[in-house]
Amino acid sequence: MIDLIGYGAFFLSTALIFAIITLGLNLQWGLTGLFNVGIAGFVAIGAYTSAILTTPDTPDRIGGFGWPILAGWAAAMALTAAAAGFTGFATLRLKSDYLAITTFGVAVVVQLAALNAVGLTGGPFGVAFIPRPFAGLQSDPLAFNLVNLGIIAAVTLACYLALERLSRSPWGRVLRALREDERAAISLGKSARSYRIQAFAVGGAVMGLAGAVQAHFIGFIAPDNYIPTLTFQVWAMLMVGGSGSNRGAVMGAVVVWAVWIGAGWLTSALVPVDWQARAASLQIVAIGVMLCLILLGRPQGFFGPRRGRGME
Amino acid sequence: MTTPPILEAQALTKRFGGVTAVNGMSLAVGQGEILGLIGPNGAGKTTMFDLLAGSVTPTSGRILLAGREVTADPAHRRLSRGLGRTFQIPRPFPELSLVDNLLLARQGQTGEHIWASFLSPRRIAAEERAAAEKAREILSMMLLDKLADQPARVLSGGQRKLLELARVMMADPQVILLDEPAAGVNPSLLEVLIDRIRAINATGVTFLLIEHNIDMVTRLCHRIVVMASGAHLCEGTAEQVSRDPRVIEAYLGGAAA
Ligand SMILES: Nc1ncnc2c1ncn2[C@@H]1O[C@H](COP(=O)(O)OP(=O)(O)O)[C@@H](O)[C@H]1O
Ligand SMILES: [Mg+2]
Repeated sequence: MIDLIGYGAFFLSTALIFAIITLGLNLQWGLTGLFNVGIAGFVAIGAYTSAILTTPDTPDRIGGFGWPILAGWAAAMALTAAAAGFTGFATLRLKSDYLAITTFGVAVVVQLAALNAVGLTGGPFGVAFIPRPFAGLQSDPLAFNLVNLGIIAAVTLACYLALERLSRSPWGRVLRALREDERAAISLGKSARSYRIQAFAVGGAVMGLAGAVQAHFIGFIAPDNYIPTLTFQVWAMLMVGGSGSNRGAVMGAVVVWAVWIGAGWLTSALVPVDWQARAASLQIVAIGVMLCLILLGRPQGFFGPRRGRGME
Repeated sequence: MTTPPILEAQALTKRFGGVTAVNGMSLAVGQGEILGLIGPNGAGKTTMFDLLAGSVTPTSGRILLAGREVTADPAHRRLSRGLGRTFQIPRPFPELSLVDNLLLARQGQTGEHIWASFLSPRRIAAEERAAAEKAREILSMMLLDKLADQPARVLSGGQRKLLELARVMMADPQVILLDEPAAGVNPSLLEVLIDRIRAINATGVTFLLIEHNIDMVTRLCHRIVVMASGAHLCEGTAEQVSRDPRVIEAYLGGAAA
């Protein structure tokens, strides 16, 4: 029973970290229509920033700053916002698929940098001994898991409330207008460039925060955490939950993460040991099938605003 | 023209690759005037609007708004300077309500700054309330009040034209550029449109009107400028222009081409 609660807390913590990332994507895609396929890169920037700033001194790696965790998180948000804002600025002229290819490229560059800038990131070995909040509780795993869940839930709630307020504000209305008709919005006095950069930066800050929170939740990060699969998962979460809805982003993250974990269990139970490495890709297939079903049956996702033609 | 021009184009030229869409065109719109801009298809009228509105940068020439040069100002700076435009093919925000379509057009909104939603929510709420009231008034003037909370995609073609006009009205512009507002509008709605343009003009708003509907142009416009092949052909009252042999030739030539 205790084990089950502990596992539930762990599961939910991970799902909520995904929920934070998905909230960031919802601002960029759901509200503004920016096709960001470089999510993993922005999550990585946040994770590494906070990890490097908060860890104790390590041989052969720049660091030993030993900042407090909250300062690490704030720095992660600031740096990721700057990186995402710069990406938005550099891609001002790019639309849809071209923007997607470019953001994907950004994520590849970030991952390669994490892998190769050994003196900064620890290279393939990553960064370890990332301080965990309330580390004193570690001797009691259940309490520790629950406290972690509480912290992550609080961060998720804060992001949700802030983004909900932003998307209902006149600022959010401008983002929606730019998604629907950029030329018309410009003719009404809105600077498409400025808002696009802002949407990139704010969404990026949220993704970076999620990366930082996760780094401190796991205590160890390495470049393979930030592969395109992460980006795929987050997109699936937003599609399933309903693009354009913050509630949908959170729900979608929990549902898709449950399917992911469930598919993982099934394959490990049913597939012979020699085949397990390959069977891992069945998790991606499971999410793909789920996406297809959702897109066929309820294209707007669980909570997405209904779109389409005709009078109601 | 007795009043000083509120909007002036000086020798505007726009080339798209090999095509010269507008060729040394000059134009002056007097304060409070309704000026018609007519000409055969492809004459360069819409490009002229795009130049005045800043969505296309001129190859050469100057644009002055209330005596101030705005040639290099980006398109999103023109409405706050008093110049509003509508599109030949209406561009509503289809998934936003009519009210939201209008609210977007208000200039200088506190709530459009990202931090303002956290720092001054009350001020935003007050601004939004006042603006929504004004939006509903304008919508009711355009006979769209019953649809105020519907998404703009439910509107008919003619209603979309009215929405375009309603939307720029929200920004209290001094000059409005209307690109073929009558095209595809049924006769009874057209009467509404003509009547509203007149009423808005009576409050001192200047119009530059591109229109093929000669009846509408004749009824509304104080003066008409004819464009052909990207250049100024002639100007005068509806009667003068319609008797000008160059105009007849331009239209016939345009039809033959
Ligand atoms: N973006 C563009 N690229 C190339 N040619 C264009 C462009 N816009 C307009 N043109 C050309 O410029 C000329 C004038 O077009 P337009 O201004 O739309 O005329 P009008 O509104 O008077 O019918 C046409 O020959 C048109 O094909
Ligand atoms: Mg035209």
